[in-house]
Amino acid sequence: MLDATRLRADFPILGRTVHDKPLVYLDNAATTQKPAAVIEALTRFYSHSNANIHRGIHQLAEESTLAYERVRVQIAEFIHSPSSRSIIFTRNTTESINLVAQAWGRANLKPGDEILLTEMEHHSNLVPWQLVAQATGAVLSFVGLTDDGRLRMEEYDRKLTSKTKLVGVTHMSNALGTINALEGLIRQAHQRGAVVLVDGAQSVPHLPVNVEQLDCDFLAFSAHKMLGPTGVGVLYGRESLLEAMPPFLGGGEMIADVKLTGSTWNELPWKFEAGTPNIADVVAFGAALDYLQGLGMPAVQAHERELAGYALERLRAIDGVTLYGPSRLEERGGIVSMNLDGLHPHDVGTILDAEGIAVRAGHHCAKPVMRRLGVAATIRASFYIYNTPDEVDRLADGLLTVKKFFSRSPKAVSR
Amino acid sequence: MMEQMDALYREVILDHFKDPRNVGELPNPTVRAEGTNPLCGDEIAFSLYLDGDRVRDIRFQGKGCAISQATASMLTEEIKGKSLAEVRQLIQAMKGLMQGQEPDPSVDLGNLETLAGVRKFPVRIKCAALSWNVLEQGLQRHHEEGRAP
Repeated sequence: MLDATRLRADFPILGRTVHDKPLVYLDNAATTQKPAAVIEALTRFYSHSNANIHRGIHQLAEESTLAYERVRVQIAEFIHSPSSRSIIFTRNTTESINLVAQAWGRANLKPGDEILLTEMEHHSNLVPWQLVAQATGAVLSFVGLTDDGRLRMEEYDRKLTSKTKLVGVTHMSNALGTINALEGLIRQAHQRGAVVLVDGAQSVPHLPVNVEQLDCDFLAFSAHKMLGPTGVGVLYGRESLLEAMPPFLGGGEMIADVKLTGSTWNELPWKFEAGTPNIADVVAFGAALDYLQGLGMPAVQAHERELAGYALERLRAIDGVTLYGPSRLEERGGIVSMNLDGLHPHDVGTILDAEGIAVRAGHHCAKPVMRRLGVAATIRASFYIYNTPDEVDRLADGLLTVKKFFSRSPKAVSR
Repeated sequence: MMEQMDALYREVILDHFKDPRNVGELPNPTVRAEGTNPLCGDEIAFSLYLDGDRVRDIRFQGKGCAISQATASMLTEEIKGKSLAEVRQLIQAMKGLMQGQEPDPSVDLGNLETLAGVRKFPVRIKCAALSWNVLEQGLQRHHEEGRAP
């Protein structure tokens, strides 16, 4: 078990107050806070090793290159990738998915081919496919959701056909907290000859992910949702697929040779890393991975599940609260999405903020999910390693304050 | 901080939120104007009857947060009976108020002045601004259509 109270000391920001109240940070699905080790790694890089990588023959360039490439190996180990050649640095999950949609999609999709997605996807796993479908004539189809926010697997069975060329699916829903059982789904897709892209933005930070065991073809995630800096995303790709794909962006670093009218490409993974990458933030991401590895991802998942279980219990007891997502705790991660009767999430969020509680209020970049739930938006509390049961209590108390605030009967006012 | 909450959600605002005035849609309106805040999904639709240059009647339909819905309700009360010139003046005054300008003393804002509390909450300004933008665009369109040959 994690000792969250002890871990909090590692996160400078958690010591601050918001509107004179101790900060309760429950917006971890948007971005997590950073431990001192990550902030220090960033400072250390710029004050000690900073240089551009893969060129230059001086000491600093060599140190920077080593530090950058070491994180690639660390990531490969973290997700059990057979090779670090499969690990590509991008800006974020969104760019990782766009890379696959553009580089793999344009080369492999033709009119009438199908891209099978789900109604649960974040906009970043919808819009890139809409763009590539428009460009190639491929057709999008979707697996719908049950009322409690799980994939309709019988619909998946029906819609997965020999026309399906790619399946894009989230590992864990950022709007509902649903964790999808992917192993069977991926096996079925492969039997039909489709490749599978997994949006791991919410899973890789929160539970053990093993790409060999999952057998997915692509996995996309972001550093900033797992203690690392913003501006670093990762794409894992099956080596044979990456080898066959054309480049995504063109420029420096991704080439083997350049003539005025044509070029040849660098080898993996650099073929997909055009231009100077976000070196310092990648290096600092290494410190975040060290931190999580020190805790162990099974312990991270167990901690968040315990908090989610406690939150569901406390919030269910509040009159007027509607909770979304699977009722079985085993099928969800540390995200609790809800609404308060008769109130818009933004009004709830504003009052919670006045109480020092940071939650997300909105559509969570998952408008199709909101439409499926029949709501414009929800209030979302999302947990991480440093959250405590006391903070769940603060959230529950905060919601009671909101209810009280809006149930004041206004005095008669002139009409 | 709860005092600031009271300043944002003034009693008159909460009253209009819970008991909105002039809700509905006028059949065959002279002017129809609708719009949304894509970021938060607030929706407002106004329908107006004009009598020459004067707002004879107005209704609104909407979904969204307390600030956006109360603003629409208060707007309908304030502009009913006003001339279009007065309405345009009011729209400008309210947009100015939202942008942090001092209230124009020549324009009587009535209850609308309570919306000034929103200025301390930058992320909520768009909630109060929505109705004014929607109405302004609707009137502008009506004006242009009226001048078309």
